[in-house]
Amino acid sequence: MSDTIDKVSIIVSRGSLEGIYPGLIMANGARMEGIEANLFFTFFGLDAIHRAKHEHVKVATVGEPGLHLATWLGGFPGMSTLVTHQLARKMEDLDIPPIPEFVEMISDSGAGIYACKASADLFGLAREDLIEQVSDIITVGEFYRFAAGGQIIFT
Amino acid sequence: MPTATIAGTAVEVDAEGFMTDAGRWTPEMGVEIARQNGIERLTDRHWQVVNFLRTTYLSTGAAPSIRTLGKASGVPIKELYQLFPRGPAKLAAKIGGIPKPRGCI
Repeated sequence: MSDTIDKVSIIVSRGSLEGIYPGLIMANGARMEGIEANLFFTFFGLDAIHRAKHEHVKVATVGEPGLHLATWLGGFPGMSTLVTHQLARKMEDLDIPPIPEFVEMISDSGAGIYACKASADLFGLAREDLIEQVSDIITVGEFYRFAAGGQIIFT
Repeated sequence: MPTATIAGTAVEVDAEGFMTDAGRWTPEMGVEIARQNGIERLTDRHWQVVNFLRTTYLSTGAAPSIRTLGKASGVPIKELYQLFPRGPAKLAAKIGGIPKPRGCI
């Protein structure tokens, strides 16, 4: 094993704000260090590259102990929107871009952006439903080929 | 702190070769650091990024994020990565003689 990381392939599988950001931060951070990076969006993670949905990704406010919010309160109408707004404001202060801009930044940095074929089929999504930065809709086998020679990170 | 001789002057650098005192930097040092890091010739576009980084660092005390660099330096992100292939924010900071940026974004 080499003592440096030269390539990473990051899988984003969740569709909540807190589910999507870690993968984006790791991909962007990899490119900033000169590490080759691929992003692979699967299942609800596809929302991050879905034309109609990528601007509306929210924090999941039910079932997250870290929010310290009673479950019944987390399920209250509007709670998810409220917490998302608060977090978005803090992120803007820290110069963390919103998801659509972040994905575009990562794509501009030379990282590959891929969608999972099984998930796209499952949700009935075609290429035109996804943002222009998506390089391709690929199979698991193709993903492994793209990921060859690097580390795979599942988020 | 280790020292390095860059463009004929001994300066303090960190373990990765980033200068620790931005005040001692000269453009000649920038040219030499660039060459040591695989950039043979600094074009006007390189200098635009390096100067923006230095100005921001000297006025705010912190290097800008890659997002700010892409938005405000006048050089878009795609081009930043072409100019500085091994990581624009870090490499441009190194060339500009400012400490290594520590942000995650």
